[in-house]
Amino acid sequence: MPPASMLIILELFCSSCKDSVEDELELSAARHRPEALEQLEAQTRFSRKELQILYRGFKNECPSGVVNEDTFKEIYSQFFPQGDASTYAHFLFDAFDTDHNGSVSFEDFVMGLSILLRGTVQEKLNWAFNLYDINKDGYITKEEMLDIIKSIYDMMGKCTYPTLKEETPRQHVEIFFQKMDKNRDGVVTIDEFIDCCQNDENIMKSMQLFENVI
Amino acid sequence: MAAGVATWLPFARAAAVGWLPLAKKTMPKPPVDKKSRNDEILFVNVSGLRFQTWKNTLDRYPDTLLGSSEKEFFYNEDTQEYFFDRDPEMFRHILNFYRTGKLHYPRQECIQAFDEELAFYGIVPDIIGDCCMEEYRDRKKENQERLAEDTEAENATDTPLPPHSTSRERLWRAFENPHTSTMALVFYYVTGFFIAVSVIANVVETVPCRPPKGSKKDLPCGEKYTLAFFCMDTACVLIFTFEYLMRLFAAPSRCKFMRSVMSVIDVVAIMPYYIGLVMPENEDVSGAFVTLRVFRVFRIFKFSRHSQGLRILGYTLKSCASELGFLLFSLTMAIIIFATVMFYAEKGTKGTNFTSIPASFWYTIVTMTTLGYGDMVPNTIAGKIFGSICSLSGVLVIALPVPVIVSNFSRIYHQNQRADKMRAQQKVRLARIRLAKKGTTNAFLQYKEEGGFQGRGSDNALCLKNRSSFEHQHHHLLHCLEKTTNHEFTDELTFSEMCMTESVGYRTSRSTSISSQQGVATSCCPRRAKRRAIRLANSTVSVSRGSVQELDTLQVHKTSAGPQSSRSSLNARTEDLKLNCEDRDFTAAIISIPTPPANTPDESLPPSPAIPGILRNSRPTSFTHETVKISSL
Repeated sequence: MPPASMLIILELFCSSCKDSVEDELELSAARHRPEALEQLEAQTRFSRKELQILYRGFKNECPSGVVNEDTFKEIYSQFFPQGDASTYAHFLFDAFDTDHNGSVSFEDFVMGLSILLRGTVQEKLNWAFNLYDINKDGYITKEEMLDIIKSIYDMMGKCTYPTLKEETPRQHVEIFFQKMDKNRDGVVTIDEFIDCCQNDENIMKSMQLFENVI
Repeated sequence: MAAGVATWLPFARAAAVGWLPLAKKTMPKPPVDKKSRNDEILFVNVSGLRFQTWKNTLDRYPDTLLGSSEKEFFYNEDTQEYFFDRDPEMFRHILNFYRTGKLHYPRQECIQAFDEELAFYGIVPDIIGDCCMEEYRDRKKENQERLAEDTEAENATDTPLPPHSTSRERLWRAFENPHTSTMALVFYYVTGFFIAVSVIANVVETVPCRPPKGSKKDLPCGEKYTLAFFCMDTACVLIFTFEYLMRLFAAPSRCKFMRSVMSVIDVVAIMPYYIGLVMPENEDVSGAFVTLRVFRVFRIFKFSRHSQGLRILGYTLKSCASELGFLLFSLTMAIIIFATVMFYAEKGTKGTNFTSIPASFWYTIVTMTTLGYGDMVPNTIAGKIFGSICSLSGVLVIALPVPVIVSNFSRIYHQNQRADKMRAQQKVRLARIRLAKKGTTNAFLQYKEEGGFQGRGSDNALCLKNRSSFEHQHHHLLHCLEKTTNHEFTDELTFSEMCMTESVGYRTSRSTSISSQQGVATSCCPRRAKRRAIRLANSTVSVSRGSVQELDTLQVHKTSAGPQSSRSSLNARTEDLKLNCEDRDFTAAIISIPTPPANTPDESLPPSPAIPGILRNSRPTSFTHETVKISSL
């Protein structure tokens, strides 16, 4: 047989071997064991029992120990059947994935939940600011806010009362910036945000709403 | 993927903190969960085999027996466990469904027993995972077919006739099943005999008999004993015609009978005779007439009424038609290729048999099937080479891989069926998902309609209590989203109506009949809006002025089963709540209010009661079915 064809055959064989080896590596990397229970207890504000319940649920859903973005989007979309929750889920995923490695492990999950459910008002507002700040540069621009708000309106879907208009998200952004952007420089910084929210009664009251979720 | 949605709900609710700074309105209060949040281990005793599981695991599927309060009926106070008097082996699979979200079908179990268990525990079989779904479907279909055959056999043969059947029905039964009465049996054998006689006569007709005295040539018997054969033919055709007319008379559905294969064969068998009677003894048409006599051979197919085997053969061929077609197609391709090649190879030879490509078809077929008659042979060297290639490939194409082809086709056939099954399954699954989504939406809208937020009177309280805590929390989440965006969820009907009202410009009057809008498209079609506008204009003119509202029609229509049920529908099971929360939608149609059009409400006003004239789904608040309370203005 001519040597060229042998080489081609060998290459094909090797590449298929490589793929399987890579797959195996990928699989083993995807399996993730969380830190010990005591450590998590120290780092979060959940009790031991609560952590146990959370982990059992988490592990049952994601036996490999991590959630990737697609699974996350699927899960989140199930709660909003009328609209399209994938964009907002993407932002949410980025907010939870604090180390930005493309997957949410149990630690990320439980730390996020700890802030949201048991954190101080300051921490919660910090978290919300982090969610809105898509590129994580410390400033919320109008474009970022528009993206976030559009994604929230997307979750409502089409069949709403009153009907969603094109300008509604933009108007919402304007209202938000009018309220929050004190020095009118077109961006909202973390201090402006926290200041303004602490002065707003409604927001303060509603922060207590989700305490008893777990 | 619907597994464990309940597990993620707390997370989704926690993430709603992200909406709080953006909310346009104040957030609603969360539902109070009176039950203790501590997870506990439940004991389930199934016929002596004790299972233990977390309560949370069972709560994942609130639509099923184990996930709902229905299991309390089976709670045994003395032993502090839930006792089920069912098959413990099957229960293992059921419990695994709760644990993993995938239902597996155990192959060694009887399909009916499995189905019964699923029905008992309130689990819909559609949830069976992909790994076991095909096996389940196949077994189920097999079982159903077997049952159908059994019932058919039962019904058909030996059951006595219903007492008051007409003579027509009895006649039909006699024809379909000759063993019922002696007369039928006699008739059956007589027709069989005449079919045989007719076929044999057709055959013998063409055999050369000894020539009559004085002539030398051999004559076919048909021409020697013309009269005898003609009489026999007539007798047979008379019997067949009589039989056909009797069947036609007795058939319960004449159109269906006339379209059935057997009746077509009957007609084809007797037609040539009548056509022959009618046609004159003309030289020109006698050629066509001779061709018609060929059709008399179809009488042999009438035997298939008498033979089960023939029917099965016919059915098998019909079901394998696509495979045979493919085989034929590939052979045709090969034949055409080789015939072309042979023709051009032999073109130069003088006096060759390969006069055209179609003429070469014969050579190719004979060579490929290794018959080799020898009436056409190639003379040129190229022709011989290609001829040998043709015969070798014929051996390869036809003789050797016939078993392989047969098994390949069997495999392809099954694969195709599997692909179809998968597609059907996929469709079913998508439909189920869509149904579940609709169900969730509708449950939420229903919750709103019942004034769940305002917490109205005691007659509603009973309705509301029947929701699980999962639903309470999910509805709270959706409500939060509504408050964040200051828009409300509606259903498709109301949405499309609003589209039309807005495009028409009348905020305060509407004149469309809702019941005809079941299938209306959800996109705001400007054409349709214009048409509606014209109708609207015409109808509002006829209404009297002043602030009088007229109720034109009240239509009750039952909503389709599952989605309006107030249980969350991961399982999409339908069940009636025995309380007054009936699944009815009363929609009021045609209200036109001739208030001045300047009175356009602000879009940011709070929802339904404040908007004049727009009626949405109203619920009966009394316990009877008939009275309806409609809130307006």
